[in-house]
Amino acid sequence: MSARPVDFPPPFDAAEFVAEPTDPADERIEVGVLIVGGGPAGLAAAIRLNQLLDEDPATRERLGEIPVAVVEKGRAPGAHLLSGAVVNPRAFRQLFPGMLSEDMPFRSRVEREGLYYLTSKRALRLPAPPTMWNHGNYVASISEIGRWLAERAEEGGAMIVPETAARTLLVSGGRVVGIRTGDRGRGRDGGELPNFEAGSDITARVTILAEGTQGHLTGVALDRFGMQSRPQVWALGVKEVWEVPNRFDRVVHTMGWPLRGGRKFREFGGSFIYPLGENMVALGMVVGLDYADASLSVHDLLQELKTHPLVRGILAGGKRVSWGAKTIPEGGFLALPDRFHFPGGMIVGDGAGLVNVPALKGIHYAMRSGMLAAETALEALQPGRTAWEPGALESYDSALKKSYVWKDLERVRNMRPAFQYGFTRGAMLAGAALNSFGKLPPRDLKLESDAQVPVFIGERSRTFPAADGQLTFDKLSSVYLSGNKTRDDAPSHIRIDRKVRREVAEAWVRMCPAQVYEIGGEASPAGNVVDVEVTASNCVQCGAITAKGGRLTPPEGGDGPEYRVM
Amino acid sequence: MPTLVYVEDHEGEPVKGSLGVLGKAADLGDDIAAVLLGSGVEPLAESVGAHGAKRVFIADDSALAAPLPQPRVDVLAKLVESEGFDTVLFGASVLAADIAAGLAARLDAGLNWDLVDLELRDGKLVGKRPELGDSVVAEVGWTSEPRLALIRSGTFEPSESGSSPEIVRVDVRLEDFSTKAVMVEQAHEESQGPSIEDADVIVAGGRGLGQAENFSLVEGLAKALGGAVAATRAVVDAGWYPYATQVGQTGKTVSPKLYIACGISGAIQHKVGMQGSGTIVAINKDPNAPIFEYSDLAVVGDVHEIVPKLTDLVQARRGS
Amino acid sequence: MKIAVCVKEVPDASAPKRLDPQTLRLDRSVAGALNEFDTHAIEAGLQLRDEGDEGEVVAVLMGPERAADSLRKALAIGADRAVHVSDEALAGSDLVATSKALAKAIERESADLVLFGQQAGDSDGAVLWAAVADRLRLPVISQAASLEAADGKVKVKRQTEYGYDVIEAPVPCVVAVSDAINEPRYPSLKGIMGAKKKPQDMLSLSDLGLSADEAGETGSRTEVYGLSDPPSRGDSQRIEDDGGSAAEKIVEYLSSHKLI
Repeated sequence: MSARPVDFPPPFDAAEFVAEPTDPADERIEVGVLIVGGGPAGLAAAIRLNQLLDEDPATRERLGEIPVAVVEKGRAPGAHLLSGAVVNPRAFRQLFPGMLSEDMPFRSRVEREGLYYLTSKRALRLPAPPTMWNHGNYVASISEIGRWLAERAEEGGAMIVPETAARTLLVSGGRVVGIRTGDRGRGRDGGELPNFEAGSDITARVTILAEGTQGHLTGVALDRFGMQSRPQVWALGVKEVWEVPNRFDRVVHTMGWPLRGGRKFREFGGSFIYPLGENMVALGMVVGLDYADASLSVHDLLQELKTHPLVRGILAGGKRVSWGAKTIPEGGFLALPDRFHFPGGMIVGDGAGLVNVPALKGIHYAMRSGMLAAETALEALQPGRTAWEPGALESYDSALKKSYVWKDLERVRNMRPAFQYGFTRGAMLAGAALNSFGKLPPRDLKLESDAQVPVFIGERSRTFPAADGQLTFDKLSSVYLSGNKTRDDAPSHIRIDRKVRREVAEAWVRMCPAQVYEIGGEASPAGNVVDVEVTASNCVQCGAITAKGGRLTPPEGGDGPEYRVM
Repeated sequence: MPTLVYVEDHEGEPVKGSLGVLGKAADLGDDIAAVLLGSGVEPLAESVGAHGAKRVFIADDSALAAPLPQPRVDVLAKLVESEGFDTVLFGASVLAADIAAGLAARLDAGLNWDLVDLELRDGKLVGKRPELGDSVVAEVGWTSEPRLALIRSGTFEPSESGSSPEIVRVDVRLEDFSTKAVMVEQAHEESQGPSIEDADVIVAGGRGLGQAENFSLVEGLAKALGGAVAATRAVVDAGWYPYATQVGQTGKTVSPKLYIACGISGAIQHKVGMQGSGTIVAINKDPNAPIFEYSDLAVVGDVHEIVPKLTDLVQARRGS
Repeated sequence: MKIAVCVKEVPDASAPKRLDPQTLRLDRSVAGALNEFDTHAIEAGLQLRDEGDEGEVVAVLMGPERAADSLRKALAIGADRAVHVSDEALAGSDLVATSKALAKAIERESADLVLFGQQAGDSDGAVLWAAVADRLRLPVISQAASLEAADGKVKVKRQTEYGYDVIEAPVPCVVAVSDAINEPRYPSLKGIMGAKKKPQDMLSLSDLGLSADEAGETGSRTEVYGLSDPPSRGDSQRIEDDGGSAAEKIVEYLSSHKLI
């Protein structure tokens, strides 16, 4: 028996998050360019704007007291950033011409690398495909990159506003004029607590949405302006950072175990193991959310992965110091929005789906897109122009299409979709695509949204290791290690249908790395429908629920994980 | 090591925590003195001597009637200097903490607080202070004399072994600023039982209780033991019990002598709020409940059957 | 009313805490945040300021340069001015050295009321208020669960083990507030964005009129020798309830451990 999450849609309507400004004019906060999201894309946009404004003081003057503002929902930039990561320094070099690599926020240069096909006991070395060659790249922590970029952005004159969630897209006369921030201090039932602080309108001449994967206002804008005709698909990554006594010297990727290759399972993904400096290792399990077995849990697959002799050896004598989870948009070229701008603004970075899955790269594309958006924004701010005239922001789309971002994504466009057909078929198709530099297959493959895939309750959980507190860990203690701080008595920020088929409920319970969902009682035993209970305060805002049939909205600003070395 | 122990008094009796510290001091050395500061405190001197003080200094003055810290700092500072004490010990309390810190500033003397042990090592006094939620112990010391120490409440048990002390009356001369704070109304004993922060015994309930009504089991046991009731986040979320009783990462941190966890699985979010408890007894029907990994007594069974029986037995014992 | 609120930055409450193996003190290189207990003190100060006609709340923080973020948060919440006492020589200061430096900084403000939060998330600053008050020669009241100010006096409900005392003192005085006293406000967006523009003073040791040997480890009177494992809980005992004997066994256990 199976059921599809898409048949149980959440109580969510994007229109709820679109509104006219309501604050009286003298209470509104006016900024020049508003950037929503303090990740690599948003901060690169801010830094590029600072640079351009340095050369154009007249425009800076015209933009008023706050020419560039970045709002960030985490407690500080970096707190909600999570990635592998192996970074291509190209965008850093473009943004900071002349800067030496050793001054960039990277941990170490990639020396050696290896691709392995795992079975439960063995590790078979495979030749790495060219898309995965990392010569010249660097291992880094994206949360460190975020903090570093934020410092540069502030030095250059941008204002960073942390602990601030962007809840509503302000649209007036058909154009985006800014955002409204979220309220703080509501109680569980939505009522106002004694220290209730209402959100505020921030109006801007240009709004750049840089919210990353499953960005809230990004989703709202794509819907409001009809910008996404093809479905996007996501993967869920669960990651840990360990302190280890022995230096680990290579960048490792694995495929195969613990994922199953059978077509009915649709388990696409693998793991990464990277050295983060002398004594630290970052490792994670990344699995496409179109998997079909409801009992699959990426967190538990990561725990299982650690019991493999190869991985156990790398972590021997070590101690887990961090844990986190986040989704990655995986559709690539074939899932990009129809256009990247709307009247009054643009979408950059992961939110726009600019991730190269076969190469596992997204950070430099995010930064490059941020820079291009900044350049278009500045043009639109020249005297006599606005960001909402027809065609005003078109130059962003064309710049994007001329850049290496576009070329890279186009070349590998069919590789991820190939794996819908199971591992073996997928590998063959992907191999063909690779060797033909993207000319094969002749017709682009179609993507199906993750929530449309029927899920069945299988047996995957049978081999999940019990948490031993040394090598393997349960979800709750992992949530604790993420530094998650989300107010207990806040209203739930997660929208789901609370009565769903058991298969769907089971899928949510297992999928969520933070143990947010639990099956309550039987709602209707005959129809195999159960109640789903939500402990929203566990949520680390990975975004998986949105991919699999629910909807994540941002909780109070400042809530959520506190990633330091992710 | 001429040592002075501050003995707090309340309602005509020396406070147990201070007497415990006195006993420890007597273990560490011979030259132990105690000081009583208040109004009408002289009769307590015998008991203080019986608990280990060879000499008891009495500062008895109406100006010291109210339990306020600063006048006591004035008297102690002069006493420490004139008698040459090299060590001054306090059993932690709201009052004692303020006195010890004020004295540290007055004498420019080192103060280590929240100590759970003291020992002499090669003539040096070493204190032990738990850190990081009691998961590690720091060993601390002093670089000068006098050495001041605040001992965590309830660490040492009093023991009666001493004899009649020598009584020395001390003059009370106070600074102007020390008498500016005035007690308008003094607290009297709470009638509803201790708050969870102060309680020596806490009985906590979790989701394993099944429903809100079953919290009466927890309340019954707490009452029988003279303790306070606490709750887990899950239970507070569900509205069974108020947030003020929540123990854990997003609630209160408690360290009673005895913590009885009923129907609590014990995830880390709860653990960090109570792992410093002296003795942890956990009752849960799931033999693999995480709480059993850090309890002293793990009881696998049904809380609905065990707790009422336990309450009856405790009541019978205490004759209450 | 001029109110000085002493705040500090502590390792973020939700970040796993570690001890620095070198200094054996709390590793402060991890995420820092404004001590949550201090937000109650800031709130209390803001409420008193807003009750009166003219008033000013100054946030005073002693800490490394990095702690400026926490000071900025205090300004975002509503403090009018910030004073940052920062000097390399102050690193490693214990209660004696810290209270000395802080007292000097606060003296310059001539505040009517000096507020502290009751605890620190890192337990390093506990009991600081009484030491500072002694150096300033001002009355001190701690554990304030409520705080009123009128006619040149403050009236405090102080929470003790035995219930609530009501204590009065004339200003200027020092009060340490408990977290039961109020529900701290969130910073408004305007507050967050305007914080950087509010006046901030940076004070070094010499600005305070102190010499290097009155600060840091030299100026301290306590030290940390090392770390050890806590006394192990010892072996855990396990009881299975068969036929209802568990309750008796628990009572036996408790009484043999002198717990009842």
